[in-house]
Amino acid sequence: MVRFENVGMRYGTGPEVLRDITLRLDAGSFHFLTGPSGAGKTSLLRLIALAERPSRGLASLFGEDLSRVTRADLAPLRRKIGIVFQDFRLIPHLSAFDNVALPLRVAGVAEAKLRDNVREILEWVGLADKLDAKPPTLSGGQQQRVAIARAVVARPKLLVADEPTGNVDDAMALRLMRLFEELNKLGTTLIVATHNAALARQFNRSVLHLEDGELQAAAAAWAAS
Amino acid sequence: MSAPGPAIPFGRDGSSRFLPALTLLMVFLAGLALAAVMDLERALARWDQSLTGTLTVELPAATGATDKSLDAALAVLHDAPGIKSATAIDRDATAKLVEPWLGTALSPADLELPRLIDVRLDVSAHADLAALRAKLAAAAPGATLDDHQLWLDSFARFARSAEITAIAILVLIGGVAVMSVAFATRTGLAVHRDTIELLHLMGARDAYVARQFERQALRLALIGGVAGLVLAAAALLALSQAANAVSLLGDSVTLLPPLHLRGWNWAVLAVLPIVAGLVAMATARITVLATLRRLP
Repeated sequence: MVRFENVGMRYGTGPEVLRDITLRLDAGSFHFLTGPSGAGKTSLLRLIALAERPSRGLASLFGEDLSRVTRADLAPLRRKIGIVFQDFRLIPHLSAFDNVALPLRVAGVAEAKLRDNVREILEWVGLADKLDAKPPTLSGGQQQRVAIARAVVARPKLLVADEPTGNVDDAMALRLMRLFEELNKLGTTLIVATHNAALARQFNRSVLHLEDGELQAAAAAWAAS
Repeated sequence: MSAPGPAIPFGRDGSSRFLPALTLLMVFLAGLALAAVMDLERALARWDQSLTGTLTVELPAATGATDKSLDAALAVLHDAPGIKSATAIDRDATAKLVEPWLGTALSPADLELPRLIDVRLDVSAHADLAALRAKLAAAAPGATLDDHQLWLDSFARFARSAEITAIAILVLIGGVAVMSVAFATRTGLAVHRDTIELLHLMGARDAYVARQFERQALRLALIGGVAGLVLAAAALLALSQAANAVSLLGDSVTLLPPLHLRGWNWAVLAVLPIVAGLVAMATARITVLATLRRLP
Protein backbone atom coordinates (compact mmCIF):
# COMPACT_ATOMS: atom_id res chain seq x y z
CA MET A 1 0.00 0.00 0.00
CA VAL A 2 2.72 2.49 1.02
CA ARG A 3 6.33 1.86 0.15
CA PHE A 4 9.20 4.28 0.70
CA GLU A 5 12.84 3.59 -0.08
CA ASN A 6 15.50 6.08 0.97
CA VAL A 7 13.01 8.90 0.75
CA GLY A 8 14.08 12.41 1.68
CA MET A 9 11.99 15.53 1.98
CA ARG A 10 12.63 19.22 2.34
CA TYR A 11 10.37 22.26 2.39
CA GLY A 12 11.32 24.51 -0.50
CA THR A 13 15.06 25.06 -0.47
CA GLY A 14 15.39 24.44 3.27
CA PRO A 15 17.31 21.58 4.91
CA GLU A 16 16.06 17.99 4.68
CA VAL A 17 13.47 17.37 7.38
CA LEU A 18 13.23 13.66 6.52
CA ARG A 19 16.23 11.56 5.50
CA ASP A 20 16.52 8.07 4.11
CA ILE A 21 13.03 6.99 5.11
CA THR A 22 12.46 3.38 4.24
CA LEU A 23 9.15 1.83 5.23
CA ARG A 24 6.33 -0.39 4.07
CA LEU A 25 2.73 -0.21 5.22
CA ASP A 26 0.83 -3.27 4.07
CA ALA A 27 -2.88 -3.21 3.31
CA GLY A 28 -4.91 -3.63 6.50
CA SER A 29 -1.98 -2.95 8.83
CA PHE A 30 -2.00 -0.62 11.86
CA HIS A 31 1.06 1.41 12.82
CA PHE A 32 1.94 3.95 15.43
CA LEU A 33 4.41 6.67 14.53
CA THR A 34 6.28 7.95 17.55
CA GLY A 35 9.09 10.37 18.19
CA PRO A 36 9.86 13.58 20.02
CA SER A 37 8.51 16.93 18.94
CA GLY A 38 10.33 18.15 15.83
CA ALA A 39 11.39 14.64 14.83
CA GLY A 40 9.43 14.94 11.55
CA LYS A 41 6.27 12.95 12.36
CA THR A 42 3.94 15.51 10.80
CA SER A 43 6.21 15.85 7.74
CA LEU A 44 6.21 12.07 7.24
CA LEU A 45 2.42 11.95 7.57
CA ARG A 46 2.10 14.85 5.08
CA LEU A 47 4.31 12.91 2.69
CA ILE A 48 2.18 9.78 3.06
CA ALA A 49 -1.03 11.85 2.73
CA LEU A 50 0.28 13.37 -0.53
CA ALA A 51 0.35 16.88 0.93
CA GLU A 52 4.05 17.04 -0.01
CA ARG A 53 6.26 15.42 -2.62
CA PRO A 54 9.50 13.60 -1.75
CA SER A 55 12.65 15.42 -2.77
CA ARG A 56 14.48 12.15 -3.35
CA GLY A 57 14.11 8.40 -3.08
CA LEU A 58 11.48 5.98 -4.33
CA ALA A 59 7.95 6.38 -3.05
CA SER A 60 4.88 4.49 -4.12
CA LEU A 61 1.31 4.63 -2.90
CA PHE A 62 -1.44 2.21 -3.90
CA GLY A 63 1.05 0.78 -6.40
CA GLU A 64 1.63 4.16 -8.09
CA ASP A 65 5.17 5.47 -8.37
CA LEU A 66 4.81 9.01 -7.01
CA SER A 67 7.61 10.34 -9.21
CA ARG A 68 5.43 9.54 -12.23
CA VAL A 69 2.13 10.77 -10.86
CA THR A 70 1.05 14.10 -12.33
CA ARG A 71 -0.64 16.81 -10.29
CA ALA A 72 -3.98 16.01 -11.91
CA ASP A 73 -3.62 12.33 -10.96
CA LEU A 74 -3.13 13.17 -7.28
CA ALA A 75 -6.85 13.94 -6.68
CA PRO A 76 -8.12 10.36 -7.17
CA LEU A 77 -5.23 9.00 -5.07
CA ARG A 78 -5.98 11.48 -2.28
CA ARG A 79 -9.60 10.33 -2.21
CA LYS A 80 -8.36 6.95 -1.02
CA ILE A 81 -6.72 8.59 2.01
CA GLY A 82 -8.45 9.90 5.13
CA ILE A 83 -6.62 12.39 7.32
CA VAL A 84 -7.20 13.31 10.95
CA PHE A 85 -5.37 16.49 11.80
CA GLN A 86 -3.95 17.32 15.20
CA ASP A 87 -5.85 20.64 15.17
CA PHE A 88 -8.99 18.98 13.66
CA ARG A 89 -9.17 21.54 10.81
CA LEU A 90 -12.93 21.57 10.80
CA ILE A 91 -14.56 24.32 8.77
CA PRO A 92 -16.13 26.55 11.41
CA HIS A 93 -19.06 27.92 9.39
CA LEU A 94 -20.24 24.45 8.30
CA SER A 95 -22.32 22.18 10.52
CA ALA A 96 -20.95 18.85 11.77
CA PHE A 97 -23.03 17.19 9.02
CA ASP A 98 -21.61 19.42 6.27
CA ASN A 99 -18.05 19.02 7.55
CA VAL A 100 -18.39 15.25 7.43
CA ALA A 101 -20.17 15.36 4.06
CA LEU A 102 -17.42 17.44 2.47
CA PRO A 103 -15.17 14.59 1.19
CA LEU A 104 -18.23 12.99 -0.43
CA ARG A 105 -19.31 16.27 -2.03
CA VAL A 106 -15.76 16.81 -3.28
CA ALA A 107 -15.93 13.35 -4.85
CA GLY A 108 -19.22 14.31 -6.53
CA VAL A 109 -21.51 11.99 -4.55
CA ALA A 110 -25.18 12.95 -4.94
CA GLU A 111 -26.83 14.65 -1.95
CA ALA A 112 -29.51 11.98 -1.66
CA LYS A 113 -26.86 9.26 -1.52
CA LEU A 114 -24.56 10.90 0.98
CA ARG A 115 -27.19 11.85 3.58
CA ASP A 116 -27.62 8.40 5.16
CA ASN A 117 -23.93 7.74 4.93
CA VAL A 118 -23.02 10.89 6.87
CA ARG A 119 -25.70 10.29 9.50
CA GLU A 120 -24.48 6.74 10.00
CA ILE A 121 -20.86 7.83 10.48
CA LEU A 122 -21.81 10.58 12.94
CA GLU A 123 -23.87 8.02 14.82
CA TRP A 124 -20.84 5.70 14.85
CA VAL A 125 -18.74 8.36 16.56
CA GLY A 126 -21.56 9.12 19.00
CA LEU A 127 -22.65 12.45 17.57
CA ALA A 128 -26.05 11.59 16.09
CA ASP A 129 -27.59 14.48 18.04
CA LYS A 130 -25.03 17.04 16.82
CA LEU A 131 -25.71 17.00 13.08
CA ASP A 132 -26.47 20.72 12.88
CA ALA A 133 -23.95 21.88 15.47
CA LYS A 134 -21.19 24.18 14.28
CA PRO A 135 -17.65 23.18 15.38
CA PRO A 136 -17.13 26.17 17.70
CA THR A 137 -20.10 24.99 19.78
CA LEU A 138 -18.64 21.49 20.23
CA SER A 139 -16.17 20.34 22.88
CA GLY A 140 -12.63 19.32 21.92
CA GLY A 141 -13.50 15.63 22.06
CA GLN A 142 -16.62 16.14 19.96
CA GLN A 143 -14.67 18.14 17.39
CA GLN A 144 -12.07 15.37 17.21
CA ARG A 145 -14.82 12.81 16.60
CA VAL A 146 -16.30 14.98 13.82
CA ALA A 147 -12.80 15.16 12.31
CA ILE A 148 -12.50 11.35 12.50
CA ALA A 149 -15.97 10.93 10.97
CA ARG A 150 -14.94 13.23 8.12
CA ALA A 151 -11.72 11.26 7.60
CA VAL A 152 -13.50 7.92 7.33
CA VAL A 153 -16.81 8.83 5.66
CA ALA A 154 -15.50 8.11 2.16
CA ARG A 155 -14.27 4.67 3.33
CA PRO A 156 -10.56 5.43 2.75
CA LYS A 157 -8.09 2.63 2.16
CA LEU A 158 -5.51 4.47 4.23
CA LEU A 159 -6.12 6.60 7.32
CA VAL A 160 -3.43 9.01 8.47
CA ALA A 161 -3.93 10.49 11.95
CA ASP A 162 -1.65 13.15 13.40
CA GLU A 163 -1.78 13.18 17.20
CA PRO A 164 -5.52 12.41 17.24
CA THR A 165 -5.46 12.03 21.01
CA GLY A 166 -3.33 15.08 21.72
CA ASN A 167 -6.21 17.35 22.69
CA VAL A 168 -8.46 14.93 24.58
CA ASP A 169 -8.38 13.30 28.00
CA ASP A 170 -7.25 9.70 28.54
CA ALA A 171 -10.77 8.25 28.52
CA MET A 172 -11.58 9.98 25.23
CA ALA A 173 -8.18 8.98 23.81
CA LEU A 174 -8.95 5.36 24.55
CA ARG A 175 -12.38 5.69 22.98
CA LEU A 176 -10.91 7.21 19.82
CA MET A 177 -8.33 4.46 19.57
CA ARG A 178 -11.10 1.88 19.81
CA LEU A 179 -12.77 3.60 16.87
CA PHE A 180 -9.52 3.30 14.90
CA GLU A 181 -9.28 -0.37 15.80
CA GLU A 182 -12.81 -0.94 14.52
CA LEU A 183 -11.92 0.82 11.32
CA ASN A 184 -8.77 -1.28 10.95
CA LYS A 185 -10.84 -4.43 11.37
CA LEU A 186 -12.93 -3.25 8.43
CA GLY A 187 -9.76 -3.28 6.31
CA THR A 188 -8.45 0.29 6.52
CA THR A 189 -4.68 0.71 6.84
CA LEU A 190 -3.83 3.07 9.68
CA ILE A 191 -0.84 5.12 10.67
CA VAL A 192 -1.30 7.12 13.85
CA ALA A 193 1.28 9.61 15.05
CA THR A 194 1.43 9.99 18.80
CA HIS A 195 3.87 10.94 21.51
CA ASN A 196 1.77 8.98 24.00
CA ALA A 197 4.05 5.93 24.19
CA ALA A 198 1.88 4.32 26.86
CA LEU A 199 -1.14 4.42 24.59
CA ALA A 200 0.86 2.90 21.73
CA ARG A 201 2.12 0.11 24.00
CA GLN A 202 -1.44 -0.56 25.19
CA PHE A 203 -2.55 -1.46 21.67
CA ASN A 204 0.45 -3.64 20.86
CA ARG A 205 0.84 -2.56 17.25
CA SER A 206 3.83 -1.92 14.98
CA VAL A 207 5.70 1.20 16.06
CA LEU A 208 7.70 3.38 13.69
CA HIS A 209 10.01 5.65 15.60
CA LEU A 210 11.37 8.87 14.16
CA GLU A 211 14.41 10.70 15.53
CA ASP A 212 15.71 13.86 13.92
CA GLY A 213 14.11 13.09 10.54
CA GLU A 214 15.29 9.49 10.39
CA LEU A 215 13.18 6.40 10.91
CA GLN A 216 14.76 4.14 13.51
CA ALA A 217 12.74 1.02 14.08
CA ALA A 218 11.15 0.88 10.65
CA ALA A 219 14.50 1.05 8.90
CA ALA A 220 15.71 -1.91 10.90
CA ALA A 221 12.48 -3.77 10.32
CA TRP A 222 12.61 -3.14 6.57
CA ALA A 223 16.25 -4.26 6.39
CA ALA A 224 15.37 -7.43 8.24
CA SER A 225 12.40 -8.27 5.99
CA MET B 1 -31.00 20.25 6.85
CA SER B 2 -30.22 23.47 4.97
CA ALA B 3 -28.55 23.53 1.55
CA PRO B 4 -24.74 23.43 1.86
CA GLY B 5 -22.94 26.73 1.39
CA PRO B 6 -19.43 27.09 0.01
CA ALA B 7 -16.81 25.11 1.89
CA ILE B 8 -14.52 28.13 1.92
CA PRO B 9 -15.57 30.68 4.57
CA PHE B 10 -15.63 33.70 2.26
CA GLY B 11 -17.53 35.81 4.77
CA ARG B 12 -14.35 36.05 6.83
CA ASP B 13 -12.23 37.91 4.28
CA GLY B 14 -12.30 41.51 3.16
CA SER B 15 -13.19 40.72 -0.47
CA SER B 16 -16.82 40.24 0.58
CA ARG B 17 -17.02 43.97 1.27
CA PHE B 18 -14.41 45.19 -1.21
CA LEU B 19 -15.65 43.48 -4.37
CA PRO B 20 -19.32 44.63 -4.31
CA ALA B 21 -18.24 48.23 -3.58
CA LEU B 22 -15.70 48.09 -6.38
CA THR B 23 -18.16 46.56 -8.85
CA LEU B 24 -20.75 49.16 -7.90
CA LEU B 25 -18.31 51.92 -8.82
CA MET B 26 -17.19 50.17 -12.02
CA VAL B 27 -20.73 49.52 -13.26
CA PHE B 28 -21.78 53.05 -12.34
CA LEU B 29 -18.91 54.58 -14.34
CA ALA B 30 -19.30 52.08 -17.17
CA GLY B 31 -23.04 52.86 -17.29
CA LEU B 32 -22.38 56.58 -17.66
CA ALA B 33 -19.67 56.03 -20.28
CA LEU B 34 -21.82 53.58 -22.25
CA ALA B 35 -24.83 55.90 -22.10
CA ALA B 36 -22.62 58.70 -23.40
CA VAL B 37 -21.43 56.54 -26.31
CA MET B 38 -24.97 55.49 -27.22
CA ASP B 39 -26.38 59.01 -26.91
CA LEU B 40 -23.58 60.52 -28.97
CA GLU B 41 -24.23 57.94 -31.69
CA ARG B 42 -27.90 58.85 -31.65
CA ALA B 43 -27.22 62.59 -31.55
CA LEU B 44 -24.80 62.35 -34.44
CA ALA B 45 -27.29 60.39 -36.52
CA ARG B 46 -30.06 62.85 -35.64
CA TRP B 47 -27.97 65.91 -36.54
CA ASP B 48 -26.79 64.31 -39.74
CA GLN B 49 -30.36 63.43 -40.66
CA SER B 50 -31.77 66.86 -39.81
CA LEU B 51 -29.00 68.89 -41.42
CA THR B 52 -28.56 66.83 -44.54
CA GLY B 53 -31.14 68.23 -46.90
CA THR B 54 -31.21 71.74 -45.44
CA LEU B 55 -29.39 74.88 -46.48
CA THR B 56 -29.38 78.40 -45.18
CA VAL B 57 -28.94 81.35 -47.51
CA GLU B 58 -27.68 84.43 -45.74
CA LEU B 59 -27.89 87.94 -47.11
CA PRO B 60 -25.63 89.95 -44.78
CA ALA B 61 -26.98 93.31 -43.58
CA ALA B 62 -23.60 94.87 -44.32
CA THR B 63 -24.13 94.22 -48.01
CA GLY B 64 -27.40 96.13 -47.85
CA ALA B 65 -29.74 93.21 -48.00
CA THR B 66 -33.07 94.45 -49.29
CA ASP B 67 -36.40 92.86 -49.98
CA LYS B 68 -35.42 93.09 -53.64
CA SER B 69 -32.26 91.03 -53.25
CA LEU B 70 -34.21 88.66 -51.03
CA ASP B 71 -36.81 88.17 -53.73
CA ALA B 72 -34.05 87.68 -56.32
CA ALA B 73 -32.43 85.02 -54.21
CA LEU B 74 -35.79 83.32 -53.61
CA ALA B 75 -36.45 83.36 -57.35
CA VAL B 76 -33.10 81.66 -58.03
CA LEU B 77 -33.85 79.07 -55.39
CA HIS B 78 -37.35 78.35 -56.66
CA ASP B 79 -36.01 77.83 -60.18
CA ALA B 80 -33.07 75.68 -59.18
CA PRO B 81 -33.42 71.91 -59.62
CA GLY B 82 -33.41 69.76 -56.48
CA ILE B 83 -34.88 72.46 -54.20
CA LYS B 84 -37.99 71.33 -52.38
CA SER B 85 -38.78 74.65 -50.69
CA ALA B 86 -37.24 78.02 -49.91
CA THR B 87 -38.77 80.17 -47.18
CA ALA B 88 -37.57 83.57 -46.08
CA ILE B 89 -37.30 83.94 -42.32
CA ASP B 90 -38.90 87.24 -41.30
CA ARG B 91 -37.04 89.86 -39.29
CA ASP B 92 -38.97 89.15 -36.09
CA ALA B 93 -38.10 85.44 -36.15
CA THR B 94 -34.44 86.27 -36.88
CA ALA B 95 -34.43 88.73 -33.97
CA LYS B 96 -35.89 86.01 -31.74
CA LEU B 97 -32.86 83.83 -32.51
CA VAL B 98 -30.45 86.42 -31.10
CA GLU B 99 -32.72 87.54 -28.28
CA PRO B 100 -31.13 85.22 -25.66
CA TRP B 101 -27.81 87.01 -26.15
CA LEU B 102 -28.92 90.58 -26.88
CA GLY B 103 -32.09 90.80 -24.79
CA THR B 104 -35.33 92.52 -25.76
CA ALA B 105 -34.24 96.14 -25.34
CA LEU B 106 -33.45 96.48 -29.02
CA SER B 107 -36.16 96.19 -31.67
CA PRO B 108 -35.49 94.30 -34.93
CA ALA B 109 -35.38 97.64 -36.67
CA ASP B 110 -32.46 98.76 -34.49
CA LEU B 111 -30.46 95.66 -35.32
CA GLU B 112 -28.57 95.14 -38.52
CA LEU B 113 -29.66 91.58 -38.94
CA PRO B 114 -28.95 89.52 -42.02
CA ARG B 115 -31.86 88.15 -43.97
CA LEU B 116 -32.07 84.38 -43.89
CA ILE B 117 -33.73 81.89 -46.22
CA ASP B 118 -34.42 78.38 -44.98
CA VAL B 119 -33.96 75.98 -47.91
CA ARG B 120 -35.12 72.35 -48.00
CA LEU B 121 -33.50 70.08 -50.54
CA ASP B 122 -34.97 67.15 -52.30
CA VAL B 123 -32.24 64.75 -51.13
CA SER B 124 -32.95 62.29 -53.92
CA ALA B 125 -32.34 64.95 -56.58
CA HIS B 126 -28.71 65.83 -55.69
CA ALA B 127 -28.77 69.60 -56.16
CA ASP B 128 -25.65 71.19 -57.71
CA LEU B 129 -24.60 73.43 -54.82
CA ALA B 130 -21.62 75.00 -56.67
CA ALA B 131 -23.86 76.18 -59.54
CA LEU B 132 -26.48 77.37 -57.06
CA ARG B 133 -23.83 79.39 -55.16
CA ALA B 134 -22.75 81.08 -58.40
CA LYS B 135 -26.33 81.89 -59.42
CA LEU B 136 -27.12 83.33 -55.97
CA ALA B 137 -23.99 85.49 -56.00
CA ALA B 138 -25.02 86.85 -59.36
CA ALA B 139 -28.66 87.52 -58.39
CA ALA B 140 -28.01 88.83 -54.85
CA PRO B 141 -24.45 90.06 -54.36
CA GLY B 142 -22.98 89.05 -51.01
CA ALA B 143 -25.39 86.13 -50.56
CA THR B 144 -23.76 83.10 -48.98
CA LEU B 145 -24.94 79.54 -49.04
CA ASP B 146 -24.35 77.54 -45.87
CA ASP B 147 -24.80 73.80 -46.27
CA HIS B 148 -23.85 73.30 -42.56
CA GLN B 149 -21.14 70.87 -43.62
CA LEU B 150 -18.37 72.69 -41.81
CA TRP B 151 -20.39 72.79 -38.63
CA LEU B 152 -21.54 69.22 -39.04
CA ASP B 153 -17.95 68.06 -39.67
CA SER B 154 -16.77 69.83 -36.52
CA PHE B 155 -19.59 68.33 -34.53
CA ALA B 156 -18.89 64.89 -35.97
CA ARG B 157 -15.20 65.22 -35.08
CA PHE B 158 -16.09 66.28 -31.55
CA ALA B 159 -18.65 63.50 -31.20
CA ARG B 160 -16.21 60.86 -32.49
CA SER B 161 -13.48 62.09 -30.11
CA ALA B 162 -15.92 61.99 -27.21
CA GLU B 163 -17.01 58.52 -28.29
CA ILE B 164 -13.44 57.23 -28.47
CA THR B 165 -12.74 58.74 -25.05
CA ALA B 166 -15.84 57.08 -23.61
CA ILE B 167 -14.87 53.72 -25.16
CA ALA B 168 -11.32 54.11 -23.77
CA ILE B 169 -12.84 54.80 -20.35
CA LEU B 170 -14.95 51.65 -20.70
CA VAL B 171 -11.86 49.59 -21.59
CA LEU B 172 -9.96 51.11 -18.67
CA ILE B 173 -12.83 50.34 -16.32
CA GLY B 174 -12.84 46.75 -17.58
CA GLY B 175 -9.07 46.48 -17.08
CA VAL B 176 -9.24 47.90 -13.57
CA ALA B 177 -12.14 45.54 -12.77
CA VAL B 178 -10.15 42.50 -13.96
CA MET B 179 -7.08 43.55 -11.96
CA SER B 180 -9.16 44.21 -8.86
CA VAL B 181 -10.93 40.85 -9.03
CA ALA B 182 -7.58 39.10 -9.60
CA PHE B 183 -6.14 40.91 -6.57
CA ALA B 184 -9.17 40.09 -4.40
CA THR B 185 -9.03 36.45 -5.52
CA ARG B 186 -5.32 36.19 -4.73
CA THR B 187 -5.98 37.68 -1.31
CA GLY B 188 -8.80 35.18 -0.82
CA LEU B 189 -6.49 32.32 -1.82
CA ALA B 190 -3.92 33.47 0.74
CA VAL B 191 -6.51 33.97 3.49
CA HIS B 192 -8.12 30.56 2.90
CA ARG B 193 -4.90 28.66 2.21
CA ASP B 194 -5.54 26.11 4.98
CA THR B 195 -9.08 25.34 3.81
CA ILE B 196 -7.90 25.03 0.21
CA GLU B 197 -5.17 22.60 1.28
CA LEU B 198 -7.78 20.66 3.24
CA LEU B 199 -10.01 20.42 0.14
CA HIS B 200 -7.05 19.31 -1.96
CA LEU B 201 -6.13 16.63 0.57
CA MET B 202 -9.73 15.37 0.40
CA GLY B 203 -9.20 14.89 -3.31
CA ALA B 204 -10.69 18.12 -4.62
CA ARG B 205 -9.46 19.09 -8.05
CA ASP B 206 -8.36 22.64 -8.78
CA ALA B 207 -11.58 23.16 -10.75
CA TYR B 208 -13.62 22.40 -7.61
CA VAL B 209 -11.78 25.09 -5.65
CA ALA B 210 -11.97 27.47 -8.61
CA ARG B 211 -15.74 26.94 -8.80
CA GLN B 212 -16.12 28.11 -5.21
CA PHE B 213 -14.23 31.32 -5.96
CA GLU B 214 -16.12 31.79 -9.27
CA ARG B 215 -19.51 31.57 -7.57
CA GLN B 216 -18.43 33.95 -4.85
CA ALA B 217 -17.05 36.45 -7.39
CA LEU B 218 -20.23 36.18 -9.49
CA ARG B 219 -22.47 36.70 -6.46
CA LEU B 220 -20.54 39.70 -5.15
CA ALA B 221 -20.16 41.28 -8.60
CA LEU B 222 -23.89 40.90 -9.30
CA ILE B 223 -24.78 42.53 -5.97
CA GLY B 224 -22.43 45.45 -6.64
CA GLY B 225 -23.35 45.55 -10.33
CA VAL B 226 -27.10 45.83 -9.77
CA ALA B 227 -26.54 48.58 -7.18
CA GLY B 228 -24.19 50.37 -9.61
CA LEU B 229 -26.75 50.09 -12.41
CA VAL B 230 -29.50 51.56 -10.24
CA LEU B 231 -27.24 54.47 -9.32
CA ALA B 232 -26.19 54.98 -12.96
CA ALA B 233 -29.84 54.96 -14.10
CA ALA B 234 -30.73 57.49 -11.42
CA ALA B 235 -27.78 59.68 -12.40
CA LEU B 236 -28.71 59.50 -16.11
CA LEU B 237 -32.33 60.41 -15.40
CA ALA B 238 -31.19 63.27 -13.16
CA LEU B 239 -28.81 64.50 -15.88
CA SER B 240 -31.58 64.31 -18.45
CA GLN B 241 -33.90 66.32 -16.19
CA ALA B 242 -31.18 68.86 -15.50
CA ALA B 243 -30.41 69.25 -19.21
CA ASN B 244 -34.06 69.80 -20.06
CA ALA B 245 -34.46 72.29 -17.23
CA VAL B 246 -31.79 74.63 -18.65
CA SER B 247 -33.81 75.80 -21.65
CA LEU B 248 -33.74 78.75 -23.98
CA LEU B 249 -36.52 80.29 -26.04
CA GLY B 250 -39.17 78.74 -23.85
CA ASP B 251 -39.08 74.97 -24.25
CA SER B 252 -37.96 74.93 -27.86
CA VAL B 253 -34.18 75.14 -27.39
CA THR B 254 -32.14 73.59 -24.55
CA LEU B 255 -28.66 74.81 -23.68
CA LEU B 256 -27.39 71.33 -22.83
CA PRO B 257 -27.94 68.43 -25.23
CA PRO B 258 -30.88 66.41 -23.95
CA LEU B 259 -30.21 62.79 -23.01
CA HIS B 260 -32.54 60.49 -24.88
CA LEU B 261 -31.91 56.81 -24.21
CA ARG B 262 -34.18 54.46 -26.07
CA GLY B 263 -35.55 51.15 -24.83
CA TRP B 264 -32.71 49.12 -26.32
CA ASN B 265 -30.16 51.54 -24.80
CA TRP B 266 -31.58 50.80 -21.35
CA ALA B 267 -31.53 47.08 -22.19
CA VAL B 268 -27.81 47.34 -23.03
CA LEU B 269 -27.20 49.14 -19.72
CA ALA B 270 -29.18 46.46 -17.88
CA VAL B 271 -26.74 43.85 -19.19
CA LEU B 272 -23.80 45.61 -17.48
CA PRO B 273 -24.15 43.85 -14.08
CA ILE B 274 -24.30 40.49 -15.88
CA VAL B 275 -21.18 41.38 -17.88
CA ALA B 276 -19.48 42.51 -14.65
CA GLY B 277 -20.47 39.21 -13.01
CA LEU B 278 -19.17 37.13 -15.90
CA VAL B 279 -15.90 39.10 -16.05
CA ALA B 280 -15.45 38.64 -12.28
CA MET B 281 -16.25 34.93 -12.59
CA ALA B 282 -13.81 34.34 -15.45
CA THR B 283 -11.09 36.39 -13.76
CA ALA B 284 -11.53 34.49 -10.49
CA ARG B 285 -11.35 31.14 -12.29
CA ILE B 286 -8.22 32.02 -14.26
CA THR B 287 -6.52 33.47 -11.16
CA VAL B 288 -7.34 30.46 -8.97
CA LEU B 289 -6.26 27.90 -11.56
CA ALA B 290 -3.02 29.77 -12.29
CA THR B 291 -2.21 30.06 -8.58
CA LEU B 292 -3.11 26.48 -7.62
CA ARG B 293 -1.01 25.10 -10.46
CA ARG B 294 2.05 26.09 -8.45
CA LEU B 295 1.03 23.98 -5.41
CA PRO B 296 2.34 20.42 -4.86
